[in-house]
Amino acid sequence: MNFLPVILWSDALVFLLLAVIVAVAVHVRERPHLRLPWQRVARSSVAMVSMLVLSCFLVIGLLDTLHYRVALPQTDAGEKVYSPEVLSVFDKLVEPLRAHTEKTYSAPFALHLYAKESLEDAQSHVVRDYPRLRYGGAHLADVSQRTADVAKRAAAGTFAGALVGLLLAWSLRRHLKQRAVQVTLVALAALCGALVNLATVYHVLGTDKVGQDVLYLSLKSIRTGLVIGTLTTLVTLPLALFLGVAAGYFRGWVDDVIQYVYTVLSSIPSVLLIAAAVLIMQVTIDTHPEWFETSAARADLRLVALCLILGLTSWTGLCRLLRGETLKLREMEYIQAAQAFGVSSMRILSRHIMPNVMHIILIALVMDFSALVLAEAVLSYVGVGVDPSMISFGTMINAARLEMGREPVVWWALASAFVFMLVLVLAANLFADAVRDAFDPRMNRTEGAA
Amino acid sequence: MIAYLVRRILYAIPILIGVNLLTFALFFVVNTPDDMARMQLGIKRVTPEAIDRWKQQRGYDKPLFLNTGTGSAGTFTDTIFWQKSASMFVFDFGYSDDGRSISREIATRMGPSLAIALPTFLIGLVVYVSFALLMTLFRATALDLAGVALCVLLMSISGLFYIIGGQFLVSKLWHLVPISGYAGGADSLKFVVLPILIGVVGGIGSSSRWYRTIFLDEIGKDYVRTARAKGLSELRVLFTHVLKNALIPILTGVVVVIPLLFMGSLLTESFFGIPGLGSYTIDAINAQDFSVVRAMVFLGSVLYIAGLILTDVSYTVVDPRVRLR
Amino acid sequence: MKKLLKVDGLLTRLQGGAPIVDGVSFDIAGGETFALLGESGCGKSMTALSLMRLLPDGVVHAGGEARLGEVALFGLPEREMRDVRGGRMAMIFQEPGLSLNPVMTVGAQIAEVLALHKGMREEAALSRCVGLLAQVGIPDAARRVQEYPFQMSGGMKQRVMIAMALAGEPELLIADEPTTALDVTIQAQVLQLLRETQEKSGMAMLLITHDLGVVAENAHRVGVMYAGQIVEQATRERLFAAPLHPYTQKLFAALPDARRSGQPLSAIPGSVPPLGSSVQGCRFAPRCDRAWALCHTQSPAWKVVDGQGVRCHLYAGSESRVPGTDSPSPPSPLPQAGEGNTVPGTLRSTLLQVEDLKVHFPIRKGILQRVVGQVKAVDAVSLSIPQGRTLALVGESGCGKTTLGKALLGLHPPTAGSVCVEGEPRGGDDRRRGSMQMVFQDPYASLNPKMRVAEILEEGMAALHIGDDSAARQAQIDGLLDKVGLARDSKWRYPHEFSGGQRQRIAIARALAVSPGLLICDEPTSALDVSVQAQILNLLKSLQEEMGLGYLFITHNLAVVEYLAHEVCVMYLGRIVERGPTAEVMRAPKHPYTQALLSAVPRIDGAGREYVRLQGELPSPADPPAGCHFAPRCPQVMPVCARRFPPMTSAGSTSHDVCCHLYPVVPN
Repeated sequence: MNFLPVILWSDALVFLLLAVIVAVAVHVRERPHLRLPWQRVARSSVAMVSMLVLSCFLVIGLLDTLHYRVALPQTDAGEKVYSPEVLSVFDKLVEPLRAHTEKTYSAPFALHLYAKESLEDAQSHVVRDYPRLRYGGAHLADVSQRTADVAKRAAAGTFAGALVGLLLAWSLRRHLKQRAVQVTLVALAALCGALVNLATVYHVLGTDKVGQDVLYLSLKSIRTGLVIGTLTTLVTLPLALFLGVAAGYFRGWVDDVIQYVYTVLSSIPSVLLIAAAVLIMQVTIDTHPEWFETSAARADLRLVALCLILGLTSWTGLCRLLRGETLKLREMEYIQAAQAFGVSSMRILSRHIMPNVMHIILIALVMDFSALVLAEAVLSYVGVGVDPSMISFGTMINAARLEMGREPVVWWALASAFVFMLVLVLAANLFADAVRDAFDPRMNRTEGAA
Repeated sequence: MIAYLVRRILYAIPILIGVNLLTFALFFVVNTPDDMARMQLGIKRVTPEAIDRWKQQRGYDKPLFLNTGTGSAGTFTDTIFWQKSASMFVFDFGYSDDGRSISREIATRMGPSLAIALPTFLIGLVVYVSFALLMTLFRATALDLAGVALCVLLMSISGLFYIIGGQFLVSKLWHLVPISGYAGGADSLKFVVLPILIGVVGGIGSSSRWYRTIFLDEIGKDYVRTARAKGLSELRVLFTHVLKNALIPILTGVVVVIPLLFMGSLLTESFFGIPGLGSYTIDAINAQDFSVVRAMVFLGSVLYIAGLILTDVSYTVVDPRVRLR
Repeated sequence: MKKLLKVDGLLTRLQGGAPIVDGVSFDIAGGETFALLGESGCGKSMTALSLMRLLPDGVVHAGGEARLGEVALFGLPEREMRDVRGGRMAMIFQEPGLSLNPVMTVGAQIAEVLALHKGMREEAALSRCVGLLAQVGIPDAARRVQEYPFQMSGGMKQRVMIAMALAGEPELLIADEPTTALDVTIQAQVLQLLRETQEKSGMAMLLITHDLGVVAENAHRVGVMYAGQIVEQATRERLFAAPLHPYTQKLFAALPDARRSGQPLSAIPGSVPPLGSSVQGCRFAPRCDRAWALCHTQSPAWKVVDGQGVRCHLYAGSESRVPGTDSPSPPSPLPQAGEGNTVPGTLRSTLLQVEDLKVHFPIRKGILQRVVGQVKAVDAVSLSIPQGRTLALVGESGCGKTTLGKALLGLHPPTAGSVCVEGEPRGGDDRRRGSMQMVFQDPYASLNPKMRVAEILEEGMAALHIGDDSAARQAQIDGLLDKVGLARDSKWRYPHEFSGGQRQRIAIARALAVSPGLLICDEPTSALDVSVQAQILNLLKSLQEEMGLGYLFITHNLAVVEYLAHEVCVMYLGRIVERGPTAEVMRAPKHPYTQALLSAVPRIDGAGREYVRLQGELPSPADPPAGCHFAPRCPQVMPVCARRFPPMTSAGSTSHDVCCHLYPVVPN
């Protein structure tokens, strides 16, 4: 084997989350009353279109989660040594994007570098000019051919992509009934086709300060955003669920203690609390460099720690919500009926209360997702976000905003980070809306009566 | 009412002690003063003597919680926790790492913070409520749908984009106002216009959408039907009946943030170079100045608790049904 | 008489969906009360809202005409319609608690109408408001005009609603279930107010109700609605004397009352079709026992038989054909309730013995939340229920009857007193929990929506270790479902798939699963339609005969008490004021409160009776009046009543006791 699979902390947690989701999905499939709201979600074309977009992001994120280290060429000792660089399956798939680094900035589809350099021309004169890029459009002999070449490649890619998309839409026609979803699928496929065909030879979104392809950076940022948006829930969920439900059901001193804890936590301005915790975490990590084999492992642990901190500081809202709902539920007659049978508190909590607050949890989680993705960017800007070496929307924006003062403006890195983030968050918001509408108990009532 | 307020204020004390314990634990237990000294002094200058001196200068050379070395009272008081926490309750925050009085900094920086935050809050409230009312009036029409779609779009855009985009467009391209900076008095206007505008625009999406759901909830209630059955016009129903009831959840939702306006906004202030408490906080975070961060945490929680109490009081103002006991 | 309102072929449907109100026609003359009678979901409220043009979103007027005087209502532009609403035509609603704006004073809300329709403002409006409030019987109107709705009781709020409706001096008043949310004594007050107002002003009234008694006392003419159509229309006298439509006949037959107490009620199978469902043929055919093939295929036409309109194929033929087969069976006088039972009275063992039970809730106040008082929800209540008997606990809302029931089950900790079940004191012992179970009021809230029926039924058995294993329990569950009249395969379904009546059957099965000796039924039929109520009452009765169950039947519905109960306890403000055999208490009530309660119930026979009008409303149990709690409202109050709470004394027969100074202790 000339590679070594690496499972980083965040990878393990993502797999855990995935397992949980699969288990829940299986559980829901068997129960018609749980399936009902999801069927409502599936009927909404806005939800399905945004789900389609989201799943593209998810696929990229998941591919980017399968990490490995390549074996270095054999040394004399015969012992296998692996490169310190941790790569992912996604990196391998988009090898050209990752490998084609220029010297510094270059605009989208540019053939020349953004900055002038001293060049030797044919007559060995040294002149100051914009040098040609090493990779971007290197196959072109002359600048004038660019427009035609881009158009040709884009058209070919679009056509091929659209063809694949049509095939896909046709083979999935039983599951994707809405016209809007089919159109989106074809359009997305066409877009991918064009991008693939162009990105191999051009820097479609330009390059950044150290010459890395901005498209590659944007795609890599997706995983960071997704991890923060989802892993945080692994912390929030159990805390909010158990404490909120316990406070509401047992009342008395249990309630007092839990209320005290969450009032203390929520009275601290959240950014400050996060900042304080992150600073501490940073110091701890900095003082223990021996914990980490690779720099990726260190950056990854920081990411996981950030999720943990975000989770620990953000469970209070959901907890309060669940406490209120439990207070209402415990007065419901079916709970009193169970109490009259002498059913144990644990059973009442697990059989009666928790299933009836699940819709609140689900709605809160999908709503929180987009807020967390946006928060990452802000936190990274404040300096308490992910590791600076980790590619994320926040670090991209942070690096790019300093260049807004240049003439001509280096806008592409910033713009692509914002656009990618917008698409991700917008899709998540629209999906969350559909989920909220479908799980609204008022709608269940009417449908149940009919 | 008085009894209620007294009880609430008394309850604030254990909360603030909890806040202090938590931040103290974060800063001093996870990270010993030695770690802090090492980090502050830099790798090169670390010697045991230098660390001791650094700790002594800042009063970190005492035990954390219990001092068994001194007499009875000193057991608790002559510790870092007591020394660093007790004084906060009388709003004496001590000195920052660069030797300046934190209390004085807070006093001078509150002004600029408020100059941005207060107008943003007030203008924002009016704009969001009006927009939400407009959507409610045209509910279930294309206009409403477009409004909601706009809201979702606006709330999906990163707050950083509003700031960077706004600065680029208004200041750099159109040269209408300076990109950043601040001046006191009448001059401040040209510096605060853009931050306020951006603050208001940035909040339209989520707030208007939220208010719209509140209005729609109210409009479905029985008393609205009664009002219509009286022969009132839809506009009158909306403005006299629905608005009055919807203001209860809206006001009580926003009142809690009013005291926090003093803290300013982290992002806006640092992007626009406004010498307020928000940028103070950010600078402290970046400089890892724990004294300032702790002071801001304490101030923030005091203001938050004040906000909670204010919320309860505001209930009695807008809702005749509520009497505090 | 000149017709004020003419409705012709009114059609209202869901947007792009099935009709909710389907071709309704009727008319109302000035000074007349026309009642629309029907069960929930039959479209009667929608008819009213259509006329007001206040339909909720998603429901649209799709055809038909309505004329108010000379004005065609559906042809008016919205601006002019607004003058009609609240002006010529006013409406009051079912829930007075929700129908008033909670953050405006009642004066301001009435003044709005005055400003809009009468051009009155400021001083003039204020004095008119006070006048209106006084007119609807609100004492101290000048002060009350400044109050908010939350400071008033439910009855007061409904009076305010009426004052608001009267402010525009309407020609037509639409009253949509105006008294359904109110207690009987308050209902009687409000209905009387409506009658008096109508007499004075000569306005017409469209009364919407599900209560035959309310119709009997108030309406001049009646339209019976079923599934969006008027199926029968007649004068009150004719309708009550000889209903034509099978549905109307069944409605009468389904009413519980004392004369039927030995026999099962004639229940209508199935339940009312949901709003907006479309049926081919006659809407009632699936539930009608006289339906034939034609009924299922062809919708019957409107037919007038001797001035009495009916929509039924039975009358399609000759005019004279008046089938008398299934008109309400003349109630045969039967022996007293339950006397036909096989177990002789003397051998009955006592199931439940309650002595001096008190349930008090503390009131906390001040900085330290000290206890400053007690809400005496249940105050020194004693009662006993023998095996196989039904004890009814009657009282208005807030009298503590539900709290008592829950305290018996241990859901509220009792403050004092003892509860003995089957001779043993009730304690923490889990095995004894099975001997007493409860059936709750709201069938929608009493079943966990996330559990299958089988899981719901098994829960209690598992908790009390009944049945050796799951298989044995499953067999028991099948038996239970048979017993309550549900199909066995329904155990794999979820509660939302059942109707209200079916859910109540599941709730009964759940209680029976642990083989209790005593069932506490807390208003088990108050959320159900009359036709479904009869099914549940029949079921309870047959279960009692079959299994020898004892029932503690908590209710406010005196007709149900008469039908079902052997003994009755009347509760007022946490105390039992009168108890005795049902027949005796109902026939010859001793306590002034019981007398008032009985006289307040509207009777379908419309028999003239003396109405004992009660002053004011139920006081707060946190601050009960000194002496006899009923004294401030009592028509026969004496000086001693305000000083001392009367002891329980015998009132005539051995088992009939009353708690009133009118019946002093007879020294032996």
